[in-house]
Amino acid sequence: MSGDKVVVEHLNAWYGKTHAVQDISLSFPDKQATAIIGPSGCGKSTFIRCLNRIHETQPKARAEGKVLLDGDDVYQADPTEIRRKIGMVFQRPNVFPTMSIYGNVAAGLKLHGGYSRDEIDTLVIESLKKSALWDEVKEKLDQSALQLSGGQQQRLCIARALAVQPEVLLMDEPASALDPISTARIEDLIFDLKNQVPVIIVTHNMQQAARVADRTAFLYLGKLVEIAPTRDLFERPAEKLTESYITGRFG
Amino acid sequence: MRGAQQRRTARAFDRAFGWFTVAAAATLIALPLLLVTIVAQNAWPALVRFGPGFLIGKLWDPNLPPITFGASTFIAGTLETSVIALLIGVPLSIGGAVFLAELAPDWLRAPVAAVVDLLAAVPSVVFGLWGLYVLVPYMRTSVDPFLAKYLGWSPLFAEHAGSQSGASILTASIILAIMILPTISSVSREALRATPDSQREAALSLGATRWEATRMGPLAYARTGIFGAAILGLGRAMGETMAVTMTVGNSDNFATSLFDPGQTLSSKIAINFGNALPLERAALVELGLILMALSLLVNVVARLLLRSMTRIGRTTA
Repeated sequence: MSGDKVVVEHLNAWYGKTHAVQDISLSFPDKQATAIIGPSGCGKSTFIRCLNRIHETQPKARAEGKVLLDGDDVYQADPTEIRRKIGMVFQRPNVFPTMSIYGNVAAGLKLHGGYSRDEIDTLVIESLKKSALWDEVKEKLDQSALQLSGGQQQRLCIARALAVQPEVLLMDEPASALDPISTARIEDLIFDLKNQVPVIIVTHNMQQAARVADRTAFLYLGKLVEIAPTRDLFERPAEKLTESYITGRFG
Repeated sequence: MRGAQQRRTARAFDRAFGWFTVAAAATLIALPLLLVTIVAQNAWPALVRFGPGFLIGKLWDPNLPPITFGASTFIAGTLETSVIALLIGVPLSIGGAVFLAELAPDWLRAPVAAVVDLLAAVPSVVFGLWGLYVLVPYMRTSVDPFLAKYLGWSPLFAEHAGSQSGASILTASIILAIMILPTISSVSREALRATPDSQREAALSLGATRWEATRMGPLAYARTGIFGAAILGLGRAMGETMAVTMTVGNSDNFATSLFDPGQTLSSKIAINFGNALPLERAALVELGLILMALSLLVNVVARLLLRSMTRIGRTTA
């Protein structure tokens, strides 16, 4: 198993009758960022939503196959435990509007309990520093999270995900709703984060994949077309389909 | 040319429409003012005669001179019944709303919601009849003795002479709780349904269970809407007349135990208005004025609370 953090074997997923993910097998090494690219509707979001089992919380959604986290099957474990270990950041910032900035980051810690006040304080500060938000919010931790800009809210969501010390971080097009400057900040952040926790990022933006990811996987119509080190995939794609996509002939 | 003609017609219509909306808005403002004026005018003899003492006076005696009227018993009755109704009704309503909005399978959602909404369409006199013929005897034979046995040590559940009929503050409160259920639960349900899925997913992705995700997501997101729903329910409970009149026991004595019969502002008006002489009639209208003022007060306080609720503390989680 060569020390891969997450191994996916023959994963299939459905939304009602739509077979969104078709027999995908893939593995994600530790301390790397992996990008998943592909045209809209290729199943890339559904794919990563299966990794922390949040896909199945939607009505009429189901998944089959194996997802191994450090060799243990995610689908045999308690889903709440899995979601704590595999954090997630979504397309649009989804801060808790009734909570303060501090409260948002502490939310997961309070959920799981067993942390002292000091420990929560420390983890909140640490997470805000990791998500490069600390300097902007340290004076106003008790204010509403809604006061922050969209880009800041998304970094707050990243801090919230990091606070529970996940072993893997999933990001579903985390910059798609942000302006270019906020996007650049998120990308820098991913670059730093991957040394601490493997990052799996879905993106429709190929330049973004090229900038942040060590490896890139190309999905098309629910199937994995190829996965390779990012530079190889963009410069010497093995598959004709990949080449047409990255040169902009479709998608 | 025809175009110009058309534009002129359109402009004329615009102006007419503008005036219509102004007139409508003016009516909306004028009506309540007119209402308050007329009510105050009719209450005037009592207002002059009894002054502010009317609010704290306990006695209501139109027969023996000196004729005395006081509203405090009825103010207390209105507050008691509506607050207890809220205490019983709000948890039930919110629980039901959470079930319907978050947990129920799709096929169950629509029919159950329809049944709950149907409850709102039942006329209050029907609730009153049901209360009179079903709930009151049941309270007398089962609920009251049971509560007295286990909670009788508390003055709230003490049995007094004349408090064993089953018609009481508690009975009226239960009827009110049932009557405000559909309002509170459907407004809460809509507020919960309006919560974006991303809120639920935010909580789930941190490892929340379904209940925790509901609490952190929709319940928190919709809390101002739910609070508003409860205030709507309170408003309805305070003003409800028919069903309360039929179940509250209609006693002018101050109810200290929930088993005591009592009287609310609205039930007193309903009971006495038919055969009141002019001064008592004015006093009854003044009760109506007090009821309006109480409703207004509740709304203002609710607004202030709502504003302080949206302020956020560091420990909020």
